[in-house]
Amino acid sequence: MRNNSTKLIMLIVIAVVFILLFAFYNIQGGFSYAFPRRLVRIGAMIITGIAISYATIMFQTITHNRILTPSIMGIDSMYEVVQTIIFFVLGSASVFVVNRFLNFGMAIIAMVIFALILYRFLFRADKHPIYLLLLAGMIIGVLLGSFVSFLQVIIDPVEYLSLQNVLFASFTNVKSELLYISMAILGASFIYGARILKDLDVMSLGRETAINLGVNYDKIVLKVLVLSSILIATSTALVGPITFLGLIVSNLAYQYIVTYKHSVLIVAASLISIIALVGGQFLVLHIFDLNTTISVIINFVGGIYFIYLLLKESRAAG
Amino acid sequence: MRLWMLIIAAIILSVISLFVGAIDIKPSDLLDWDSDKTQIFLISRVPRLMAIILAGAGMSIAGLIMQSLSRNKFVSPTTAGTLDAAKLGIIISMLFFTNVTYLQQIVFSFAFALVGTIIFMQLLDRIKFKDVIFIPLIGIMYGNILSAITTFLGYESDILQNVQSFFMGSFTLVVSGRYELLYIAIPAVILAYLYANKFTVAGMGEDFAKNLGLSYKAVLNLGLVLVAIISTTVVLTVGVIPFLGLIVPNIVSIYMGDNLRKTIPHTILLGMVFLLACDIFSRLVVYPYEIPVNLTVAVIGSAIFLVMLFRGKAYAK
Repeated sequence: MRNNSTKLIMLIVIAVVFILLFAFYNIQGGFSYAFPRRLVRIGAMIITGIAISYATIMFQTITHNRILTPSIMGIDSMYEVVQTIIFFVLGSASVFVVNRFLNFGMAIIAMVIFALILYRFLFRADKHPIYLLLLAGMIIGVLLGSFVSFLQVIIDPVEYLSLQNVLFASFTNVKSELLYISMAILGASFIYGARILKDLDVMSLGRETAINLGVNYDKIVLKVLVLSSILIATSTALVGPITFLGLIVSNLAYQYIVTYKHSVLIVAASLISIIALVGGQFLVLHIFDLNTTISVIINFVGGIYFIYLLLKESRAAG
Repeated sequence: MRLWMLIIAAIILSVISLFVGAIDIKPSDLLDWDSDKTQIFLISRVPRLMAIILAGAGMSIAGLIMQSLSRNKFVSPTTAGTLDAAKLGIIISMLFFTNVTYLQQIVFSFAFALVGTIIFMQLLDRIKFKDVIFIPLIGIMYGNILSAITTFLGYESDILQNVQSFFMGSFTLVVSGRYELLYIAIPAVILAYLYANKFTVAGMGEDFAKNLGLSYKAVLNLGLVLVAIISTTVVLTVGVIPFLGLIVPNIVSIYMGDNLRKTIPHTILLGMVFLLACDIFSRLVVYPYEIPVNLTVAVIGSAIFLVMLFRGKAYAK
């Protein structure tokens, strides 16, 4: 355990160094202009990193695997589907668009419903092999993505402009008005989630054992699905979808920190996320002087890492 | 399903396709040879029909070849990185030459599609665990990595938008003079038909094929070259049309079995019918505007693929 805490402290140090570098490196001229903007971006990256790590690790425990993540199952595309449908059916003048809270609430409710259906359908008594689920998840992502583009093409051009405003978030275009809402949601989900983390520790022993030890298994599964959908919705609304971040950081955390305790794993994964996002963005912008957004690089690295994990798993299985 | 039913469906849809569009053209208008409407018909409608037919038949056959060579029902240009490699080739040709010519694009795109597919096939050889689901999963990820490189290069050189509109699969811009490259698909399809049985044998594995007196490497290479040629011509003329090469051969195989000589005509016709229907739908849904056909194909195609994944697990083995 002592070993783990030194590891955690190292992660914290690296994360803080990158955050300071990102905030102060090479600020020229208008400090008062650049600094608040950099802070907003750092804030968005920290919130996103924590939200995705938290959601992914809980999701992987209830699905008993380390390759599936909510994003790979298409849950973040669902956010875009919901927003597009709201615009398509109700129009941009609707109260569900104008009122940020109602809009977000509606998106989250729809995503939770989607996640529940997906879970019921895909994880029926563990009948389907993991590869089938992965492929199905990806194809569901493609299906939702093309369905969104399809609606976006036939939507009224004026509506489309305001839809773009809601959808096209990225690290360079953070929705700063959402920053405080996201912080509140993240804080609330931590308070709510703190009580189930211990149950999750027990649940990693398997369904039967956990029930035997007095965990209300199905209720916790439901809670985790709701919570992880809310977290993914928050991060997608703030900076747009980042498919592979959760996969990379959760697996790095499992490798780096040897523990079954979810509280420790989640902290470690969150720190790794922050390092990957802030550090990655810093290197891309200032050291390599590239225009690319960090999500392109994460998708590239994540794709390779994913193939590596799959090949490793398959060797273990075959 | 009988062959004649598919032929009739193809003919009916072709006729509809010729007479659907923003400008109302009736068959009687064509009697006047010099009228504007006849000109529009010849310059826009007929080339569009030909492009759909060629692309539909070509992509389906490309998928069929890949499925028999890899002996995996779910391998296709979409799920083996071929289309993504072809895209990468085009963007690299744009970066290499300031005024890129059509020929340079064709050469680069073809080379990348071929090399990209060969790399994937090599990867397949290395993988011991040949699960029917596992292979396309790796293939899709491989395609995602290639397309991340494409996006990266596009970002860095500010041609991303250019590239995105370029690859949006659509027949809207097909007019005479812009689609003739697709005719290369005809000899490719004929070759595929002639070599059909050999592809099946080659799919049984190198040792087995050699035992039967087949020059394995030559047949394998021919198959991959045909796939790369067809994919390149389609990507360059109409853009990326996903899932077509995946689902059409599978549907045919469900009702016809796997004798390639018999299934090739069905695959060609079903590919045409499917793409024609999607294109007509895309032109009518927001008439008189139209939506890119690849969206319609992707929505329907991925839905069909999902059904196949869950319903057809037994059949796929």
